[in-house]
Amino acid sequence: MAQLEARIPPGPLADKWRRHKADIRLVSPANKRKYEIIVVGAGLAGASAAATLAELGYQVTCFVFHDSPRRAHSIAAQGGINAAKNYPNDGDSVYRLFYDTIKGGDYRSREANVHRLAEVSAAIIDQCAAQGVPFAREYGGLLANRSFGGAQVSRTFYARGQTGQQLLLGAYSALMRMVASGAVRLHTHSEMLDLAVVGGHAKGIVARNLVTGEISRHAADAVVLATGGYGNVFDLTTYARGSNATAIWRAYKRGACFANPCYTQIHPTCIPVSGDYQSKLTLMSESLRNDGRIWVPKKPEDRRKDPGAIPEEERDYFLERIYPSFGNLCPRDVASRASKRLCDEGRGVGETGRAVYLDFGDAMRRLGEAGVRERYGNLFDIYHEITAENAYRTPMRIYPAVHYTMGGLWVDYNLMSNVPGLFVLGEANFADQGANRLGASALMQGLADGYFIIPYTIGDYLAGQKPGARPATDAAEFRQAEENVRGLTQRMLAVRGREPVGHFHRRLGEIMWEGCGMARNRAGLERAMREIGALREEFWRGVNVPGSGDSLNQSLERAGRVADFLELGELMCRDALAREESCGGHFREEYQYPDGECRRDDDHFSHVAAWEYRGEGRDPARNVEPLGYEFVKMSVRDYK
Amino acid sequence: MNARPSGTFSVTLRVWRQAGPGEPGRFVDYPAQGVNPHMSFLELLDVVNDGLTRKGEEPIAFAHDCREGICGTCSLTIDGKPHGPGRGVATCQIYMRSFSEGDVIVVEPFRARAFPLIKDLVVDRSAFDRIQQAGGFITARTGSAPEANALPVPKADADLAMDAAQCIGCGACVAACKNASAMLFVAAKVSHLGLLPQGQAERDRRVLAMVETMDGLGFGGCTNQYECSAACPKLISVDFIARMNRDFLKASFRAALAPQSAG
Repeated sequence: MAQLEARIPPGPLADKWRRHKADIRLVSPANKRKYEIIVVGAGLAGASAAATLAELGYQVTCFVFHDSPRRAHSIAAQGGINAAKNYPNDGDSVYRLFYDTIKGGDYRSREANVHRLAEVSAAIIDQCAAQGVPFAREYGGLLANRSFGGAQVSRTFYARGQTGQQLLLGAYSALMRMVASGAVRLHTHSEMLDLAVVGGHAKGIVARNLVTGEISRHAADAVVLATGGYGNVFDLTTYARGSNATAIWRAYKRGACFANPCYTQIHPTCIPVSGDYQSKLTLMSESLRNDGRIWVPKKPEDRRKDPGAIPEEERDYFLERIYPSFGNLCPRDVASRASKRLCDEGRGVGETGRAVYLDFGDAMRRLGEAGVRERYGNLFDIYHEITAENAYRTPMRIYPAVHYTMGGLWVDYNLMSNVPGLFVLGEANFADQGANRLGASALMQGLADGYFIIPYTIGDYLAGQKPGARPATDAAEFRQAEENVRGLTQRMLAVRGREPVGHFHRRLGEIMWEGCGMARNRAGLERAMREIGALREEFWRGVNVPGSGDSLNQSLERAGRVADFLELGELMCRDALAREESCGGHFREEYQYPDGECRRDDDHFSHVAAWEYRGEGRDPARNVEPLGYEFVKMSVRDYK
Repeated sequence: MNARPSGTFSVTLRVWRQAGPGEPGRFVDYPAQGVNPHMSFLELLDVVNDGLTRKGEEPIAFAHDCREGICGTCSLTIDGKPHGPGRGVATCQIYMRSFSEGDVIVVEPFRARAFPLIKDLVVDRSAFDRIQQAGGFITARTGSAPEANALPVPKADADLAMDAAQCIGCGACVAACKNASAMLFVAAKVSHLGLLPQGQAERDRRVLAMVETMDGLGFGGCTNQYECSAACPKLISVDFIARMNRDFLKASFRAALAPQSAG
């Protein structure tokens, strides 16, 4: 069994991080340059980590599968980033941000990690402002804030509807500065395909250059994975098409435990599906819920009527009705399930009946068109591009879509996995978001991990590694990892079946959405696992990957990623099946209150489930890390 | 309600195919039937590619990722226009409702000397990263930042900086320019950082280094045709080019008078 030692520092909650920073080992400036660190991924977490580690004096090599480190999907985050600055003087504090995040995560995240996240949040804003991130400002020149996604204080900083873009470009600019200085070596178009574990420690990777097809080995003293989430297992999601789980999945198969894979987030405000050719779902920032009101017709027969012709008294503003104190700002999972229930009842709108209205009529009267445009102009433009409809005049139609994964590789307080030397940051790890993530906290976590946590904690590991002692890339473990990659590549090219990779991805997505989506139950999960197993066999018999492995081959890239999703999907179902309770984004139909709310089982499931790979054909082991709540009282989330 | 065009139609995609940088390239016609007007242009390419794969042929390579107009990866010239027929959108935001029955749609890569071709419709835009490395940043070591509200920024400046900062780094400005100039791209970054008080310390050095690097990478000069701004998915204004030219001139004079202060 894997050793899951969370290494939470002792002492009062508010002192843990400060004391830990004072207690952990340091690497002297003269020694830092002797250590080589590989960072995989250059989204918010990866770029901020690579730049900061290089500033500290470490030798950093950064791998991205994109053509440039500015492309990672962090760039698409629209709404904002939370920080406990309390600029609006509305009662915010580190404790409140901590408490809201713990509660939003439905008491399934680690207290100490979340408190640290809230503690460093303010410094992130300082750092980004200093880099020139053009945050929204008041007329006096000070930073503007807004309330966001379920928060009762205004603690969200934003840059129009492009906050993720601006934060990422800030981290990217810091990274470019360090590339120019020679401290970071950048490998673009390079995908990590295996992890080299030497003597039980992560000591390098095997990567494939996507343009030349060259497969190469890279040794390091530590490996940092910041490769994002695995939501694309569902195929139709708000993720970028290239987002994938390959790096973390291959690390899992080298011994890193995968924690809480079933915790996926469904985002309530996405543009609904229109046809079977569809490749992606587009998110409309939930900041829209600040001023937009969600409703469906009271009478199912009105669902195809012109919404403007349905009088006020015939509309059911169901979130305001069911959750009077939070209304349209209730958490994402709560809002998503409510929309699904209404559509299941036959009151969904639009051609497919799988949509609800998000109406700006009130906001237009209150703020005027210019006011609405000022706040949401680019979102209304996106909506118009996709649907050819004018949301200033007619309500948007929205429906939930997979948006984020809270699960990920298990890490300790230092963000190190159970494989020593392997660190995991941002969405790729599991630590901070619990069973559900609040709005504007993903950007916060990615940058907290990269700018302010890993730069301290990686030193604690490296101080125990002799400088210059990393293995050479001709070590047996590296050769074996490379053979594994070559074998897999050849195997995919050799099938020469009929169907393109996308065919299998689409079917996997359908199985997952049906069996392991917004609402899950035992029979559905067991069926999904059987279907995924059968689909996996079909894939290896019937996939067609044209071309060769020695040049740009996008089918081959995707085939590798989908092959991994076909395994990961099954683990997600297995985890969802084993977690016999409902919590946050994990909703088991068997475990609910009469009003349809999540029924947690704190006696039996107040723990992290960390799955351990035990070889092909063997079931993985379910390891458990108990979650103790020393400082907050666990309660039933109540947004009414 | 929601009256939208319905009914499918047929088009022909005339696509640039080229196996690699040294290989000969040519246009190949791919007929596409049953095109749904709600489909995005890239989704049509997906469908055509699935058909090619089923026939055992190599699918068309094209760059794409977020498919929501923000990552800057997609880069097609459609009927001679970078990012195609829309205004203020990237290729991934082009929908088939922009086309009609029987259209022959010519699809090419972004063409520029500084963007060498990799395969089919995919080009290498790493020259943009090299320009950023030359000076597209504010030096602010992690941990050394002052309290964010210690430095107020007038809202008008912050808003204008944001207008420039929206650049997605796609390269359409270069592809649209008859000189393959990268002036709009560079001007956007120079203006974004130069408009903010945080960016003043490195302002002269930044503009000189970025412009010099741009010139060295084989991008052409600007002759004020403004095709760049018309093709830009974020409609970044050519005013920023004027702003950069002014900055560049001032910085050049200052550097000539007192070389040591230019850094």
